[in-house]
Amino acid sequence: MEVFTLNINGEKQEVNVDPNTPILWVLRDSLQMMGTKYGCGIAQCGACTIHVEGVAMRSCQLSVAAVKGKKITTIEGLSENASHPLQEAWIEHDVPQCGYCQAGQIMSAAALLKDKPNPSDADIDAAMNGNICRCGTYTRIKAAIKTAAKNG
Amino acid sequence: MTIIKTSVGRRSFLKSSAMAGGGLVIGFNFLSSCQSKTEEEIMAMPKEWFDINAYLKIGDNGVVTIVSPNPEFGQNVRTSMPMLIAEELDVDWEKVIVEQAPYHPEKYGFQFTGGSRGIMSRWEPLRMAGASARHMLREAAAQQWQVPMEEISTASGVLHHELTGKSIPYGEIASEASNIPVPKEVVLKEIKDFKIIGTSRKNVDSKSIVTGEPMFGVDYYQEGMFYAMIEHPPAFGMTLKSVDKSSVINMPGIKDVLTIKSYKDGYEKRVFDTNAFSEIVAIVGNSTWEVMQAKKQLKIEWQAIEAYSETVTSFRGDKKTVNIPAGLESTAKHNKQMDILSAKQGKIVRKDGNPDLAFKNAAKVIERTYSAPFLAHNCMEPMNAFAHVTGDSVKIAAPLQIPGSILPTVAASLGVAVENIEMDITRMGGGFGRRAYAHYVVEAALISQQMEAPVKLIYSREDDMTHGIYRPTYRATYRAAIDANNNLTALHVKAGGIPESPLFADRFPAGALDNYLAEEWSIESNITIGAFRAPRSNFMAGAEQSFLDEIAETIGKDPIQFRLDLLQRAEDNPVGEKNDYDAARYAGVLKLVRDKSDWDVNQSNAHRGISAYFCHNTYAAHILDVTIENGKPVVQNVSCAIDCGVVVNPDAAKNMAEGAIIDGIGNALFGELSFKDGIPEKKNFDTYRMIRMSEAPKNIDVHFVENEIAPTGMGEPPFPPIFGALANAMYKATGTRNYDQPFKVTKDVLG
Repeated sequence: MEVFTLNINGEKQEVNVDPNTPILWVLRDSLQMMGTKYGCGIAQCGACTIHVEGVAMRSCQLSVAAVKGKKITTIEGLSENASHPLQEAWIEHDVPQCGYCQAGQIMSAAALLKDKPNPSDADIDAAMNGNICRCGTYTRIKAAIKTAAKNG
Repeated sequence: MTIIKTSVGRRSFLKSSAMAGGGLVIGFNFLSSCQSKTEEEIMAMPKEWFDINAYLKIGDNGVVTIVSPNPEFGQNVRTSMPMLIAEELDVDWEKVIVEQAPYHPEKYGFQFTGGSRGIMSRWEPLRMAGASARHMLREAAAQQWQVPMEEISTASGVLHHELTGKSIPYGEIASEASNIPVPKEVVLKEIKDFKIIGTSRKNVDSKSIVTGEPMFGVDYYQEGMFYAMIEHPPAFGMTLKSVDKSSVINMPGIKDVLTIKSYKDGYEKRVFDTNAFSEIVAIVGNSTWEVMQAKKQLKIEWQAIEAYSETVTSFRGDKKTVNIPAGLESTAKHNKQMDILSAKQGKIVRKDGNPDLAFKNAAKVIERTYSAPFLAHNCMEPMNAFAHVTGDSVKIAAPLQIPGSILPTVAASLGVAVENIEMDITRMGGGFGRRAYAHYVVEAALISQQMEAPVKLIYSREDDMTHGIYRPTYRATYRAAIDANNNLTALHVKAGGIPESPLFADRFPAGALDNYLAEEWSIESNITIGAFRAPRSNFMAGAEQSFLDEIAETIGKDPIQFRLDLLQRAEDNPVGEKNDYDAARYAGVLKLVRDKSDWDVNQSNAHRGISAYFCHNTYAAHILDVTIENGKPVVQNVSCAIDCGVVVNPDAAKNMAEGAIIDGIGNALFGELSFKDGIPEKKNFDTYRMIRMSEAPKNIDVHFVENEIAPTGMGEPPFPPIFGALANAMYKATGTRNYDQPFKVTKDVLG
């Protein structure tokens, strides 16, 4: 066990955990930040996507030791009151069905728009292919990303 | 005008005795759990709430809380069910806050999610809840104003009396209304007067979802709870022999290692108690990660099961004996067994006319065999449950489709009374049938009982995929007799599977053919199977619709016209009396999708496939356009037509159809779970291919038949026919037909 000071959504958080613990489980079990989801544990589904220094990462494969001192953003910290253009677009397009994957989808999309404010369909496919939506909301996700790009 | 007697389900409207004296005042701190801050922010908080009935309470400022009774797994009933109530209550949707009902069947009836029956089963009861509340409000105003109730109208949550010019908002008279007796009968609105039903309303949970608020079962947290995971036998056909607790008990954060026996000896299972692994090991600790580490190190010995039989009570209450064979099963052996049974005569389920003679006299016979593998549900949220057993009282919070089905089992396994179990229904991260089988709730409860502490049980993805209640593997052989004039004179279907047959003998094209024969067979297995989005239909639609396509091609008919001709026959002069479809509505979706997709005019650069099906009380037809790029199918467009009666929330219904289409294409192209020596050969998403963004259709258009028929379901019906539409389109593109799922592009691509 080791004490880590983490920078999550602009706030300092102290946790005492095994250094190998993936940041996913630190968020969920130690800090009760439930927005970041467990889906596969092997970086294949994208449900656990967070930003580390602005880059989309799979938090199930990222140890707490590896993100010590780095700027972490989770879905809870993406915006104040759902005001990120992607969150607004998600609501406008009524994207979610079950909703479980959507936080990860939005975090992947947010990193994409930061790099490419006007992504092509191929850009969206490439950036979002690591995020599984079992309910099949892909067409709405793509439409919402385009709307957010326009409004962003 | 629809008059509904409220005596049916009247218990739902009995008011709590606590409010006998002037309306029940309920603290509004529960609002912290309500679905939308936006609505909260717009709406000033009421000082008092008045319970009108179990489904709704009205705040003194006119804000209305509506309780949504059924579990939500993405079908959006938490929006559409409250819409039914709000419509008849006659309030503005913007004034509505939605709350999830806890499990309470006396108040909320049959709380379940499955069979596409949610809206269908709630269509009248929920409107009645709204209408009876409106009636009580009008009666309260009539008493206050001393005018006949019939003269009082309502609009947007305000009562009006035209002759005297009086009006009063609901919130100001809700207290009085809550003391009015529940009416014996109520008048429901006519469809033409609907203001909310039939208009698209946004998902009430969207904001919570996009901000990551805790709402799923796996998000449930209680101070001091332990985390638990399971180890189950690695193969079907095996069970627990022994566990060496000492191998992990000293690892960091580990509290205990337990063995769990999910059913007491002699417990008579019911249909949703399906569970191959009733004796398992649980690892309990302080955090999920620590438990995962111990799980990897834990030394367990497994042993082969012996064959056994069990009596299972079906959904309808009849009992049947199920034989579970011993042995370690493999897909290769399954396929050989299915080859043998496909070649033998099956059990004849329906026979019309003289099919033998028709085949004997046929100028041409086409015979094709279709197959599909086992499928895993792969809900994105793995199976999980929270349980806290303290003495003989039990608290459960879990994502599950049919809470009432597992409670008796939980009670029996724990040795407590059902009445002592309190259950919160959480949002589900997908269900697709899997969460009808809630053995994980029993497991969590038993772990909590042994630990004497609150426990959250979570399956790893690998546990979720390898401890499945799978879609069975199926086969169907179709034969068609065609005469010298290119008329289809007989159809023969023989279908089977492991361990159940997928056949629906009375579905189309039964009833449209003078000579028809349907047979079925099945093979026993120890691999557990269960409901998977549109059970059995999810295979039969693809097989049947592919075969009809091949017949149409053989006899030189347009595939839509061919189906329409058969349906016309079934409508005008049906064969047999048990035909399980309305031929005119079936034809209706085919005609609508033909028109909307310009079938007769435009073939564009893509290759088109048509398919239609009727299941779960709703008709669906798809036209799918595909191109082949770099040896892979690219779905350019899907046009879809659906007849589900009145569409309550059109955009949400479209979302369901889009999802079903994408899910179906994914399963048709990639879905496959095979077994070797009882072991599922895929354990996670690195090998189990799920459809991804780049493989989804580029566009989907959904169209609804407009009518005034009471609504039927949307969750399942658009799913089965997409398999056929994809198969038929891929044939057009490649010149090769796919008979076995998952589909492949095997031949040269046609121009």
